[in-house]
Amino acid sequence: MRAFAFEQPGSLAEALAILRAEPDARILAGGTDLIIGLRDGSILSPTVIDLKRVRELDASIVETVGGLAIGALTAMTEIAADPRIRARYTALAEGAAVVGSVQIRNRATLAGNICNASPAADTTPALLAFGAVLTVHGPDGSRQVALDDAFVSSGVTTLGHDEIVVRIDLPAIPGRVGSTHVRRTRRRGHDLASVTIACAVLESGETRVAFGSVGPRPLLRVDTTGILADPSATDAARLEILDDVFAAAAPSAGSMRASPEYRLAMLRVLGLRAVETARARRDGAAA
Amino acid sequence: MTSGTAHTSVGAEPPDSPLELTVNGRPRRALVRSHHTLLEVLRTDLGLTGTKECCLVGECGACTVILDGRSVDACLVLALEAAGSDVVTIEGLAAADGLDALQQAFLDHGAAQCGFCIPGQLVAARALLQAIPEPSRAEVEDGLAGNLCRCAGYEQIIEAVLDAAERQARPAAVHAPERASAPKGPPAGPDPASVPDARVAPQ
Repeated sequence: MRAFAFEQPGSLAEALAILRAEPDARILAGGTDLIIGLRDGSILSPTVIDLKRVRELDASIVETVGGLAIGALTAMTEIAADPRIRARYTALAEGAAVVGSVQIRNRATLAGNICNASPAADTTPALLAFGAVLTVHGPDGSRQVALDDAFVSSGVTTLGHDEIVVRIDLPAIPGRVGSTHVRRTRRRGHDLASVTIACAVLESGETRVAFGSVGPRPLLRVDTTGILADPSATDAARLEILDDVFAAAAPSAGSMRASPEYRLAMLRVLGLRAVETARARRDGAAA
Repeated sequence: MTSGTAHTSVGAEPPDSPLELTVNGRPRRALVRSHHTLLEVLRTDLGLTGTKECCLVGECGACTVILDGRSVDACLVLALEAAGSDVVTIEGLAAADGLDALQQAFLDHGAAQCGFCIPGQLVAARALLQAIPEPSRAEVEDGLAGNLCRCAGYEQIIEAVLDAAERQARPAAVHAPERASAPKGPPAGPDPASVPDARVAPQ
């Protein structure tokens, strides 16, 4: 690994000042992606800014008006274990629970998973389905960014180099809700996914389907026909809707993990399963 | 990984930084380079070579240590991130009065083949049993999913972890070799700062 200066600012103001002074500085939270990049040379940075001593940042998960606010330093282990997330935002808990291995989940942060913007990220489909909103601090103060507006392409977001995510908000969900995260991997256990889907079925009959690993960024589609959420709907009727939902999927041919044809075929199979699981959870006891 | 000396293209290399942390119950200090990982510092600066260097991308788990109570891949933690932290390595697993229940179970089940992955497997298993004292088989499989064994000795490893959990939960029922005591709780041993790492129990 090439040498770099290591900064541990104690405040957001200090961290932002370092970012302003050093355009190539990189932010370190959990480090499970960054340190790999620094070591293999794909990331060259003269300065690494560790956020773990910034006093305004923490690993908290606190209740807001009907929703939850997740601190920028919250690791996957906390997300997967939190009873409130498991109950109301189940797909997010399930997605966090399959990131890497225990060792990775103990370090990797939700905010880092978002900012690295991997199309195969396990938490971003669920966050899109739940309408997550980022609070970001930059040189001009604080702003809020809907997660759907943050993703551009693999590794690219609309967040500025001189901005730091401080919080991720999960808005309130009205009424009963059921959700799930499903994915296809080559083997059980520690692997990257070739298809990732999060589905949330709401009491209103609205169904939100977000999917990743099949294009440059994860995508969110919302079905308001009520057909996906209808327990009596046939698979054929649901597939008709899902084919629209997945119309924008564009898996690349260059991946070694799975061919585009396979990913598209699995998208329909897993899509159906995800919808039915989420629907059943919504209609089950205490979803 | 290279030692990272004198090949930076981004200006003068930063000076070494003082690092203080607790390793296997013993306060340790070292002067470290800011781009060196906890793995490098444990092995090279502190001489604790039980923690293995292998894939260096967080996939194999050979470098697993317990950092402030949680298992991590030491290859993905910068040493300076661990300042002030409590680290348990494989050298800290055994209590002063004998092997950890997991170590004994690994021996009894022949869980080590070539042995290279075993320190990481043991440390990951120790963290697992701290979090889930009586795990199901599926929980053991998931808890050790980040530890690869290229001899493919998974079956014996899983059996050993389940057996160790059983021995810890019901020490009286143990019919394996006699143990002086269950490995739980702090050791009543000598001052941790004055004995070699291998004899110091985890905190």
